[in-house]
Amino acid sequence: MSDTTQSGPVLAADGTPLKRSLHRALRIQKLRALMLIAPLLAFVLLTFIVPIGQMLFRSVENDIVANTLPKTVIALQDWDAASGQAPDEAVFAALAADLYVASNEKTHTRVGSRLNYETPGISSLFRKAGRKAKKWDVENDGPFKEQFIKIDDGWADPDVWRTIQTYSPKYTNGYFLNAADMQKGADGAEIRPESERIYITLFKRTLIMSLIITGACIVLAYPVAWILANLPSAKANLLMILVLLPFWTSLLVRTSAWKVMLQQQGVINDTLVWLGLVADDARLVMINNQLGTIIAMTHILLPFMILPMYSVMQTINPSYLRAAKSMGATNWTAFWRVYFPLSVPGIGAGSILVFILAIGYYITPELVGGTKGVFISNRIAFHISTSLNWGLAAALGTILLAVVLILYWAYDKIVGIDNVKLG
Amino acid sequence: MAALTPISRKPLSLVIPCIAGAGGLLGLFVGTANGSGLLGIVIGAALVSLMGLFFIFVLKNETTAKWISILFVAGLGFLFGGVPGVILGAIFGWLFHWFIYWTYEGRYRARLLPYLTPGQVLWHYTFLFICGAIFVFLITPILVVMPLSFNAQDFFTFTPEMLRLDPEGYSLKHYRDFFTNNEWQRSFKNSLIIAPIATIISVSLGTLAAIGLSQSHVPGRRAIMAILISPMIVPLIISATGMFFFYSQIGNWLEGTLGFNKTFVGYVKVVLAHAVLGIPFVIITVTATLVGFDRSLTRAAANMGANPVTTFFRVQMPLILPGVISGGLFAFITSFDEVVVVLFVGSASQKTLPWQMFTGLREQISPTILAVATILVVISIGLLTVVEMLRRRSERLRGMSPS
Repeated sequence: MSDTTQSGPVLAADGTPLKRSLHRALRIQKLRALMLIAPLLAFVLLTFIVPIGQMLFRSVENDIVANTLPKTVIALQDWDAASGQAPDEAVFAALAADLYVASNEKTHTRVGSRLNYETPGISSLFRKAGRKAKKWDVENDGPFKEQFIKIDDGWADPDVWRTIQTYSPKYTNGYFLNAADMQKGADGAEIRPESERIYITLFKRTLIMSLIITGACIVLAYPVAWILANLPSAKANLLMILVLLPFWTSLLVRTSAWKVMLQQQGVINDTLVWLGLVADDARLVMINNQLGTIIAMTHILLPFMILPMYSVMQTINPSYLRAAKSMGATNWTAFWRVYFPLSVPGIGAGSILVFILAIGYYITPELVGGTKGVFISNRIAFHISTSLNWGLAAALGTILLAVVLILYWAYDKIVGIDNVKLG
Repeated sequence: MAALTPISRKPLSLVIPCIAGAGGLLGLFVGTANGSGLLGIVIGAALVSLMGLFFIFVLKNETTAKWISILFVAGLGFLFGGVPGVILGAIFGWLFHWFIYWTYEGRYRARLLPYLTPGQVLWHYTFLFICGAIFVFLITPILVVMPLSFNAQDFFTFTPEMLRLDPEGYSLKHYRDFFTNNEWQRSFKNSLIIAPIATIISVSLGTLAAIGLSQSHVPGRRAIMAILISPMIVPLIISATGMFFFYSQIGNWLEGTLGFNKTFVGYVKVVLAHAVLGIPFVIITVTATLVGFDRSLTRAAANMGANPVTTFFRVQMPLILPGVISGGLFAFITSFDEVVVVLFVGSASQKTLPWQMFTGLREQISPTILAVATILVVISIGLLTVVEMLRRRSERLRGMSPS
C-alpha cells in the first residue's frame, strides 16, 4: 500500500492527478459520442424540426394586413368598432393610398382572400376597389369615402372595417379560434353559429374513431399475440410471417385491397349475395363511410399492436398460470388475475402506438372514408392544397401535433423509446 | 407434448351431432345459394351423418374412406357449381373425412393435457378457431389482390369466367399495361431513383449516430433519442405540411440564387424528406443490434494496434452489418412506400409509384393498380425473407440461440 504513504491526490501514470485524468478521459469519450451523433442530429434538426417549427409559427403569423395596408392600419387605430358606423374620411384616404400601391404590385387580392377567411365577401370588395384604385390620383381625387361606397356599398359596413382592424396586428390567435370553431366577434372570442361548426366535430370524430380502431386492434391482437407467445418457436415463426407480411406490404396495396373487397360490387358483397345472405339489390354499403375506414385501418395497424404485445407476452413465464391453477384457480381466474395483469404493459405500448398512428392517418381515410369517414388530417390536406388557407392548416396541425406529442411523452414514460422493436 | 394423452373412441351420441353440425353448416350455404337454407341444412346434416356411419360401421378403412369422401363431395360440388365446385367439394370432402375420424377416434384430445374437462377442450378449439379467423383477416386482402390482377376484364371483382377457372377469364394485360405505360414506368423509375439515395443517406448518418448513442456516456441521450425517433411518431400529414413550406423556400433559394436545374432541385427535396423519414428505423434496428455487441472486441482490436477507423471497418462493422442492412431495408421500404410527403413536397416530375397508385385509386380507377400491387407484394415478400435471414444470422453471430 504505497499509495497511503503518499500525501496529496492520487496520481495517474503521467503525473496528473487521477481525478482530473479520469475526467478528461470521460470528456473525450462524451465528445466522441457527440461527434458521431452530431451530423445526424443536425440533419434531423434542419430538415425536420425546423420545418415543423416554422409551420407552428405560421399558425399565429399574420403580417399580410399590416404589410399591405400600413397606412390604413395606423388610421384605423382610433376608430371605435362599437360605434356601429363606418370610419371617417381619413381612414378611407389611407386605404386609397394603400390600395394604389398594392394594386400596382398586385398584392391587394391576397389581402382580400386572407380577410375573406374571416368575413366572407371581403375578397370581392378588395378586387373591385383595387381595379379602380389603380387609376386614382391619391393626392387630388378625394374625398374617397363616397367613391368607395359607390364601388360597393359593402365598404359602408362596419363589420368589414372591424375585420380589418381585428386582423391588423402582426400575430393573431384567429387561426386557432377558427380551428376551435370560434370567431373573433365584436366582443372578443365567441363560438360560431351551429351550422358553421366543423372542426370540433372533426376532432371528436378523429378521436372516437381512433379509439374504436385501437379497441378493435386490442381485441384482435390479444389472442394472436397469446398464441404466438405460447406455441413452440418453429410454429410461432411460421405464423409470425402471416403478421409480418401485411406489415411489410405497401400501405397502398392494402388500402386498394380493401377497396376491392369492400365495394358494393366487391368480393365480400359478391360472396354474400352468392351465398344468399344478402339480396342482390340490398348490397351492404361498407366503403366510403366510417365502417370502411375502421375496417381498413384496423387491418393496417393490427401488426403494430401484435408485435409489442407479443414481445411482452414472451417474457411471461407459463408456470405462473400453472401455479395459479394448481392452487385451485379456474381457467378464467388464472388468466384474469395472473396472466392479464402481466400482459398489460404490452397492451399499453401497443395501444399508444396504434392510437398515435391512427390519429394522424391520411391516406386510408382519404381513399375509403368518403365524406363521413375522414379525419382531421384530411381537412389539413384540404386547406393546404385546395383552399390554400395555410394558417388554418397550420393551426389544425399544431393542435394535432400537441395531442400526439403528449401521447409520445406518455409512451416514452411507460415503454421508453429505446424499447421500440420492429419485426 | 405429442400423444400425451391416451385416446379412446367416442360414443356415437357425441360424434353424430358434431359431424351433422359440420354438414349442416355447409348445407346452409349451398342451400341458401340454391333457394332454401333450411332444406340445405337438413340434407347436409343427413348426408354427412350417413357418411360417418358408413365409414365407422361398414368400411373400417381410413384411407379408402378418405378417397370416397373426397370423390363423393367433389361430385356433389360439380352438380352445384361446375369446375370450381369440384375443387371446393374435394377440399370439403377431405375436411369431412378428417373431422369424422378426428371426433370418432378422440384424436382431438391427443395433444392436450389429460385432466382437461370437456368444456376446456371445447374452449381450446374455439380459441384456435378465433385465432385462425384473425390470421385469415390479416392475410386475405393480400391474397385476394393477387388473382384479381390477372383479370381479363377491367373489373375490380371476380368475373364469372374467372370463377369457372376459364383460361379466357385470365390475362396478363394489366401487367403489360404497367410495363408499357409511360406514366407507370416513369413513376416506377422515380421510385427506384429516390428510394436508394434516401436509404444511403439515412443508413450512413443513422449508423454513425447509433454507434454514438450506444456509447456508455452520452449527455442528453434520452432527448437526442426522442428527437431522432420523432419523424416516425409525428403524423405524416404534419411532417408533410411543415416540409411543404420549408422546402418550397429551400427550392426557390436553390433555383434562384444557386441556379440549379428545377428537376434536380425537385429530386433533392424529395430525397432529403424521405431520408429523414427513414432515419428512425435505422436508429432503432442498429441500436438493437449494438445492445448485444461485445465492447471488449473493440478494446482488443485497439490493444493490438488498430486505429479506430480500422477497428470500425474490420471488427465492428461486420458484426453489426445484419442490423444495418435490415435498418436500410426498413428505410428503403419507408421511402418506396411513402405518399403523403412526396405529394406535398414533390412536383409532377417526381411522381413516385405510390403517388401514381394513389391518384389511380382516387380518380381513374384502373386495374393496373392490382398488377402493381401484386408486384409490390412479391417485392415485400422478398424483403421480408432477407430481413428474417439477417436477423437469424445476427443472432448466430452474437452467440444467441436463433429463436
